[in-house]
Amino acid sequence: MNAVAIIAQVENNRIRSLLPRRFAFLACLLLLVAPLARAQLSIEITGAGAQRIPIAVVSFPGEAALGASITQIVRADLERSGLFRGLEIPPLSPPPTESAKVNYAEWRSRLADALVLGSVAARADGRFEVRFKLFDTVKQQDLSGVAYTLSKEQARATAHRIADFVYEKLIGEKGVFSTRIAYVVKRGNRFELQIADADGLGEETALASFEPIISPVWSPDGKRLAYVSFEAKRPVVYVHSLLDGKRTVAANFRGSNSAPAWSPDGSKLAVCLSREGGSQIFTVNPDGSNVRRLTSSTAIDTEPRYSPDGQWIYFTSDRGGSPQIYRMPTSGGEPQRVTFEGSYNVSPRLSPDGKMLAYITRNDGKFQVALLDLANRQSQIITDSDRDESPSFSPNGRMILLATVTGGRGVLSAVSADGRFKQRLSAASGGDVREPAWGPFID
Amino acid sequence: MRQIAVAALTTAMLFLAACATTPDSSAPAPVDTAKPPANVQTQPVKPVDVTGAPGGAAAALKDPKNILSKRSIYYDYDKFDVKDEYRALVEAHAKYLRENPSARMLIQGNTDERGSREYNVALGQRRSDGVKRMMTLLGARENQIESVSLGEEKPQAEGHNEAAWSKNRRSDILYSGEY
Repeated sequence: MNAVAIIAQVENNRIRSLLPRRFAFLACLLLLVAPLARAQLSIEITGAGAQRIPIAVVSFPGEAALGASITQIVRADLERSGLFRGLEIPPLSPPPTESAKVNYAEWRSRLADALVLGSVAARADGRFEVRFKLFDTVKQQDLSGVAYTLSKEQARATAHRIADFVYEKLIGEKGVFSTRIAYVVKRGNRFELQIADADGLGEETALASFEPIISPVWSPDGKRLAYVSFEAKRPVVYVHSLLDGKRTVAANFRGSNSAPAWSPDGSKLAVCLSREGGSQIFTVNPDGSNVRRLTSSTAIDTEPRYSPDGQWIYFTSDRGGSPQIYRMPTSGGEPQRVTFEGSYNVSPRLSPDGKMLAYITRNDGKFQVALLDLANRQSQIITDSDRDESPSFSPNGRMILLATVTGGRGVLSAVSADGRFKQRLSAASGGDVREPAWGPFID
Repeated sequence: MRQIAVAALTTAMLFLAACATTPDSSAPAPVDTAKPPANVQTQPVKPVDVTGAPGGAAAALKDPKNILSKRSIYYDYDKFDVKDEYRALVEAHAKYLRENPSARMLIQGNTDERGSREYNVALGQRRSDGVKRMMTLLGARENQIESVSLGEEKPQAEGHNEAAWSKNRRSDILYSGEY
């Protein structure tokens, strides 16, 4: 039997940043070009999970030809999850590959509970083949592996796939290393909506503007973003296709148009519109058709979010005198109050399994991320920063990405849902990073 | 009424034209400024107005001596009511809209930076809606005014203290041609 279980083709869906013709008149405002100034995010890990699996990821012979060290990226990915500890392995001679016979006792004495071996070979067509295998050195088991063919440009994407494989085999849930995040960088008076790998690297600019961009949200298929842009001197909701850079207006009614949220099937957007007075929740099709009003109050109703099962819309309302989180049936109907502690609870976000609600709470003047268990109604604050905004669950529900401020700068922070493990991502070249949104799993 | 308005307008224009006249560099010795010359000669000026507002009335919107040039209403923290000190300003703009039915206005509500960006969009909307409601009660027509919100996104002051925040909690009034 072939030692390598699956042959996979790595796809690298680069986004295109093009100026659609219908928006040409905005050319003076919008600079939809390939990123001029790189705004790479740098990562700082400020905590760790209680139990981390010691893993040896041995450098793959031949990987130098790829330009990027695949094994280094795999190691960094696994460590960033807070669930692994990468072991330093001195150069071995001869360098072992996935086809080597593993001496489990030797790897146990190097304190490794898990081991990744692999190799990189150049193909005749100029592409490369990466093969690897994962071993459980405690149970002395071959946990299989994968072979990928890839171009040099796909080295990072391939490394994230390998890290996802290792994570899923050893942790028992899907890894998020191949997913992407969206966020807004503000530098001077320039705003850029960027897309990056979950590790903050490989960033690309989807939209650049001299007016603010807020509230990006990923379509369930990960191909489009809805967001609010102020380029028309007032908030307008757009849907932006990442592959071809095409933008369509989803909501541009008289007044303000904001707070988009995708329905789980991607067929609708819930939005906040002021076209009938006040701020009320409506649904629209992503092309702007089929407008339907959901709330009818004299209060503020905004920040709608669908529950993952599509049954409920959670939202922020001050109908009780202070901003609190409510929910109502997706088809409309009597809202029920969800949060009760404190006088400011906003920005509801459901976990992917629908069991937890993350939101921002004002706690003694500090804005922090709280997590509410919807079954037992227990809530706890899981951050210790004081200007948190826009929480966003990783698609496996393990981490929450958020925007906060440290040292006067807007940064992104990720905290594990149990609050134990934190990391910070800031723009290496300066500027404020804000409005994060973690994208879905992509197959 | 119309004649009076035209006469007033002509006077205002003459005044503005006089102000705008640049001194001729080749002119002889300066005149005694304490004693104005008896006969002021000015070239007639045909006004061209591209502001969208009717006639030359729009000039008043930019005249620093006119209350119509005041365009910002500031608020207390978490408040949406127009304070007494801004009532004359709102009344003047409502009167302007009433007297110039083709004039169009955009009111942008703004908040300070604290709290959720989207919730702040809704709070800013409540501020601009409040000003719009006042103006329509004072006789401006609903379709003359659009109220929108910029939330916390367009601060007037960049600081992170009450001094800055108090400048950012505001409604701004713009007329067509200005946005």
